[in-house]
Amino acid sequence: MLTEYAFWFLSFVAVFSGIAVILSKNPVYSVLNLIMTFFSIAGHYFLMNAQFLAAVHIIVYAGAIMVLFLYVIMMLNLNNLETEKRSNVLKLSAVVAAGLLMTVLSGAVQTADQITLVEKTTGAAGMVENLGIALYRNYLLPFELASVLFLAAMVGAVYLSKKNLNETQA
Amino acid sequence: MEILHNVTINHYLGLSTVLFALGVFGMLFRKNAIIIFMCVELMLNAVNLALVSFSKMHGDTDGQIFVFFIMVVAAAEVAVGLAILMMLYRNRHTTDTDTLNDLKG
Repeated sequence: MLTEYAFWFLSFVAVFSGIAVILSKNPVYSVLNLIMTFFSIAGHYFLMNAQFLAAVHIIVYAGAIMVLFLYVIMMLNLNNLETEKRSNVLKLSAVVAAGLLMTVLSGAVQTADQITLVEKTTGAAGMVENLGIALYRNYLLPFELASVLFLAAMVGAVYLSKKNLNETQA
Repeated sequence: MEILHNVTINHYLGLSTVLFALGVFGMLFRKNAIIIFMCVELMLNAVNLALVSFSKMHGDTDGQIFVFFIMVVAAAEVAVGLAILMMLYRNRHTTDTDTLNDLKG
C-alpha cells in the first residue's frame, strides 16, 4: 500500500517537473527541474528493485550530465536569451502533434494485459551481483565497445571545442 | 522484497508514455537548442523506465543491461552535442534553432 502511494507521488513529481522543464523561461530552472525528474525516475528504479541502475542513474545523469549542462549554460550566458517567441500556429501544431502521439501510445498501452509487477519476479534481477554476471559474461563485447565509443566521444568533444578551429583549417 | 502489489506494468508504461510525449512536445515547442537537448534526455529516460519495468516483469536482467548501454550512449551524445552547441554559439552568438536555416537555399 505504501509503495503504491510512493509510485503515485514519484509519478506526479516526474510529470510536473517535466512540464516545468519545457515551460520555464530560464534555462537554469529547466536544468534544475530536469534533475528533479531524474531523481524521481531513480526513485521508480528503487521501487522496481533495480538498485544498481538507480545508483548509476543518479551518478551519471544528476552528477555528470546535468553538471555539464549547467556549465555550458553558465559559459554561454544564456539567461536572457530567447526574447522572440514562436508563432502561435507552430505552438498549436506542437500541442496537437504531441497530444496525438500520446493518444496513440496510450491506446497501445491500454490493450496490454494487467500484469502485476511482483508476480513473475523473484526481485533479484536488479542487484549488482546478477547484473555484473550478465554484463561481464554475456555482454562483454558491447561493454568493451562502449569504451571505444567513449574514447571517440572524448576526442570529438576536445576537437570540437578547440579555440581556433577555423584558423587551423584555413 | 514483496513490493508493488497493486501497481501493474500498465502504470509504468503509462508514465513512460506521458514522459515521452512531454519530450516530443518540448522539442517542437521550444527553439532554444539547449532545452531541445534536455527534451531528448527526457525521452531517453522515458524509454529507460519502460525497459526497466519490462525487465522487472520478466525477472530478467537483459532489459537493465540495455538501459545501462542507453545511459552510456546518452553520456557520449551529451558530451559531443554540448561541444557542438559551444561551437555554434561561438560562430553565431545564438542557440536559436530558427536562425539555422542555411540549407533552406
